[in-house]
Amino acid sequence: MNAIDSVRDILTRNMRQSGIVIAFLAIVVLFAALNPNFLSPTNLTNIVLQYSYILILAIGMVMIIVAGQIDLSVGSVVALTGAVSAVVVIRQGMPWYVGVLAALVVGLLVGVWQGFWVAYVGIPGFIVTLAGMLLFRGLTFLVLDNKSLSPFGGTYYDIANGFLNGLLGGYGFDVFTLVIFGIAVVGFAVSQWRTRQGKIAYQQTVESMPLFVTKLVVIAAVVMWFGYQLSISRGLPIVLIILAVLIIAYTLVTQKSVFGRHVYAVGGNRHAAELSGVKVRKVNFWIFVNMGVLASVAGVVYSSRMNGAQPGAGNMFELDAIAACFIGGASTTGGVGRVGGAMIGGLIMAVMSNGMQLMGVPQSMQQVVKGLVLLLAVAFDIYNKRRASVLR
Amino acid sequence: MSTILEMRSITKEFPGVKALSDVTLTVEQGEIHAICGENGAGKSTLMKVLSGVYPHGTYDGEIVFDGATAEFGSINDSEDRGVVIIHQELALVPYLSVAENIFLGNETRNRFGMIDWNAANRKAATLLERVGLDENPTTPVGQLGVGKQQLIEIAKALSKEVKLLILDEPTAALNDDDSEHLLELLRQLKAHGITSIIISHKLNEIEEIADRTTIIRDGRTIETLDMSEPGSTQDRIIRGMVGRDLEHRYPERASVVGDEVLRVEGWNVDHPTQIGRQIIVDASFNVHAGEVVGIAGLMGAGRTELAMSIFGRTYGRNIRGEIYKDGKPIQIRNVSEAIGHNIAYATEDRKHYGLNLIDDIRHNISAAGLPKLAPRGWVNGNEELRVAEEYRGSLNIKTPNVLVDVGKLSGGNQQKVVLSKWLYTDPDVLILDEPTRGIDVGAKFEIYTIINKMVAAGKAVVVISSELPELLGICDRVYTLAFGRITGELPVAEATQERLMELMTIERDQPLPTKETAS
Repeated sequence: MNAIDSVRDILTRNMRQSGIVIAFLAIVVLFAALNPNFLSPTNLTNIVLQYSYILILAIGMVMIIVAGQIDLSVGSVVALTGAVSAVVVIRQGMPWYVGVLAALVVGLLVGVWQGFWVAYVGIPGFIVTLAGMLLFRGLTFLVLDNKSLSPFGGTYYDIANGFLNGLLGGYGFDVFTLVIFGIAVVGFAVSQWRTRQGKIAYQQTVESMPLFVTKLVVIAAVVMWFGYQLSISRGLPIVLIILAVLIIAYTLVTQKSVFGRHVYAVGGNRHAAELSGVKVRKVNFWIFVNMGVLASVAGVVYSSRMNGAQPGAGNMFELDAIAACFIGGASTTGGVGRVGGAMIGGLIMAVMSNGMQLMGVPQSMQQVVKGLVLLLAVAFDIYNKRRASVLR
Repeated sequence: MSTILEMRSITKEFPGVKALSDVTLTVEQGEIHAICGENGAGKSTLMKVLSGVYPHGTYDGEIVFDGATAEFGSINDSEDRGVVIIHQELALVPYLSVAENIFLGNETRNRFGMIDWNAANRKAATLLERVGLDENPTTPVGQLGVGKQQLIEIAKALSKEVKLLILDEPTAALNDDDSEHLLELLRQLKAHGITSIIISHKLNEIEEIADRTTIIRDGRTIETLDMSEPGSTQDRIIRGMVGRDLEHRYPERASVVGDEVLRVEGWNVDHPTQIGRQIIVDASFNVHAGEVVGIAGLMGAGRTELAMSIFGRTYGRNIRGEIYKDGKPIQIRNVSEAIGHNIAYATEDRKHYGLNLIDDIRHNISAAGLPKLAPRGWVNGNEELRVAEEYRGSLNIKTPNVLVDVGKLSGGNQQKVVLSKWLYTDPDVLILDEPTRGIDVGAKFEIYTIINKMVAAGKAVVVISSELPELLGICDRVYTLAFGRITGELPVAEATQERLMELMTIERDQPLPTKETAS
């Protein structure tokens, strides 16, 4: 197979995934052309900081959606966990890590609560989490006494606003950031290489060597360029490290673990999964527990970013997270969707919001555009499916 | 008599399968025309072409209906012209009333555009009278039995001023009384000038009611028999349907029966929701290594319910009875435990219960045996691919590669994926529920060959089927199941279709024949 053929093969085989990556790149190029500041180091850093919590929510949400459920409560859970943390740290004067721990425990309990109703009582996730949305919002008001609490300050504030900078020195750019990015790129290349070798050992078809190398070089160049931009700005955002660890961990869990495979099986055909020995209730229970914990991580990041807790925090976050999953190729009926796709979906929304803000597009217009993008992305998905079924 | 329908040289292809090739069908005005053929011969496909389910343009050939060329783009087009098809799976909404169902999509409106319920109920009552059903039009359909629902479907067809009524296996799920009533109704409709096409496996019914019979085999028209001629007997039809000897349809196997592997004793299962309704009554059976045991039963006898209640209690409640594996009593509380005891169950309904159609072949094959690929919870993707490729080769799954979605495969290849999935769990006992339903003759032969390989490797196989020739062709021993009871057990040498059918129709209040043979 020559290089062009194999490129075409990869594109057509993964039309949905590659289509969304191409759309993302096109949007980036569009905004870069419209506004020179868009690709500036400061702005790139801002995009990461501003949307990290939506991306964290989308990681958990994509698993819920793949299993054929939905979670409408995550915005309220972000508010509740942030509020609990604020009460512990600001009102009680406890150290920052006690606040983080308290938030995580509350998130876990929320997940257990919702997982119980979905998995063991058999109420659809839509209803359980709609109730949860009201319930946890109400609890947030109770916990905060209807008042905002601020500021966190100190280490807690640094979680979402701090940077790792100057650890290894540098001359106008941060060496540490570049080293981390370098390690990431090398690690990525090595894992890709090992996957490829494994495939060859099992006599599977792999892309040709020149294409493989080109792909790696392009990805490495883009990533290193991004790292360089960060390093000449404020350095490596701590929240980016949290995000990267979560993305890698959850990509592995969803694609390589038995549990991840079971999530896809339940979403694809619940009955077939059950008759293949999958414990459907357990799967449903744990994805909601997982979502609760991830929502609390987002709650910590968001309250840190805001340097305080407000009763109305996290409003509509659930919709952004859900939209990210669907734009990123998840199916509304379950069984299809990837963490990577949801991240691209989230980034598309992040980049669009940010780009339109830079251009001074009014808030109202931004909402309209985001709505249209969600609609078109899903329309594209359905069009693709219909085409596939005609080909059948 | 004039011709109402002519289908000329109909050819319909699916990727990889030619479902119909050059089929011709002529139906005369006012007759009852039967269509016979084995499962997968193409009967239903032909009717879907006729009724517009497969729209004009997706097949080759020509249809002339009622004197004009018919190019139906959808089922609505054909219904407008008076062609109504009643499918095997009834298309009624259980929560709506009889009248609402009859006029669904065809509602009577008053001058304000609202539905005139009084008129609708009155009309429904008249239609119900015509089909001989004494029910209130406001009764929800879900409260009525299958036989009555079938009649409501016919009433619905009558409300559309039907000229040609197509019935796909109308009596398959009915008891004798309901069947008789339905056939009588068809005769009455015939007297009123309505033409019917009836697809049925029940040859005695066809002999009784049909004016003419067209036989289809492997997607081709074989012949059309005039049933009034003395030579047109059931045997004649069977010869046309089968077209070759039984020996050639089933691969040879030397049977070497070993020790008992699975024994079920005193198995009782209640209906999951209807309290007090017992589905399986005191069933006992066993199967040995290297043996193929058949369970013959009509639809509704409790075949699938028996298998699923054993396989990890996936059906029913209040399950009582004992299971012995290799002579030792075992408990199976869920599917993982069943798999742990090396028992496998391949469902009769592969689309809804067997496969994840939106995932690829590779993941479907590994679904049940995933722990083998993931000793520490992480799936070895390369090994998984190798396993999938191995089964693609050994079971001859026709696909370019194993990364193709299972939903895109033909029925026979889907069935091979289901079998692969269970073979990979390395079972000692394999329960196959209707393993050849809806797949073509060639793929059937391959499935039988796979079954033979399994028993040759010392596994025990239980085959549940309603196709008696199939059971006689591949089994060593056959149990009959009727109304939830095991009503008989015959070595295949002593079993005939007639003998089995007799045992399969013993109702629950009738005494069982004294056991003639020892196992």
